[in-house]
Amino acid sequence: MVLSGNDKSNVKGVFSKIGGHAEEYGAETLERMFCTYPQTKTYFPHFDLQHGSAQVKAHGKKVAGALIEAANHIDDIAGALSKLSDLHAQKLRVDPVNFKLLGQCFLVVVAIHHPSVLTPEVHASLDKFLCAVGNVLTAKYR
Amino acid sequence: MVHWSAEEKQLITSLWSKVNVEECGAEALARLLIVYPWTQRFFDNFGNLSSPTAILGNPKVRAHGKKVLTSFGEAVKNLDNLKATYSKLSELHCEKLHVDPENFRLLGDILIIVLAAHFAKDFTPACQATWQKLVGVVAHALAYKYH
Repeated sequence: MVLSGNDKSNVKGVFSKIGGHAEEYGAETLERMFCTYPQTKTYFPHFDLQHGSAQVKAHGKKVAGALIEAANHIDDIAGALSKLSDLHAQKLRVDPVNFKLLGQCFLVVVAIHHPSVLTPEVHASLDKFLCAVGNVLTAKYR
Repeated sequence: MVHWSAEEKQLITSLWSKVNVEECGAEALARLLIVYPWTQRFFDNFGNLSSPTAILGNPKVRAHGKKVLTSFGEAVKNLDNLKATYSKLSELHCEKLHVDPENFRLLGDILIIVLAAHFAKDFTPACQATWQKLVGVVAHALAYKYH
């Protein structure tokens, strides 16, 4: 799976339209993921996961930050997320299936807040991008 | 058998009552074919699927999308009896259509995105969770008679 020129510009377009809301969307993505896929909570036994949790907000900001970083370096996502990839492989070891679940929730959040941005073509590009990010984060698992 | 709480049933039926089945079905199927182009393999006889524009305007895609989502409406009416409701359709998808059940999960995920775009803030986390559960259970029922 390769990101075409169109995909890259579609993805950059999404993040520029999201603008300053990215952190808030990161938190909402996580909240929806915990609600929709309760098994994902098993990675956060040390967190308060109730609605409005400061820890979820902070973590959502981190997740959004990583997606923005990847979008800003979309020609070399592996390079941009190399340290995060190491972290996931060596320490966090989140099962690869969960990146799809996070991706689905991020798409839902974008759809809710910017339905006109998420045209079918942009939806396809963003889905591919999120897959690519997941692949990079799990690339060093074995 | 799947258990549905009263709240879940309410979230399902109240949202469903506001869904335009024809529009939503057409959009969901079109997005499936656009976002996951390999799913086009089942629709060789649908004519022009060569671009997102072609897919979105394709009358066979629209008609089939409506058909698929209308069938989904049966699930909403038979939440406590999904395996029986989809028994024949399951056999059809296995024996005649030869559709990998993974495709049901893909379509389910796409439907969630379409609903989210349409209902925006009304598509609360609880609503999303309930509907994600529903599409999962429908996918499971459709795969149940596979052999």
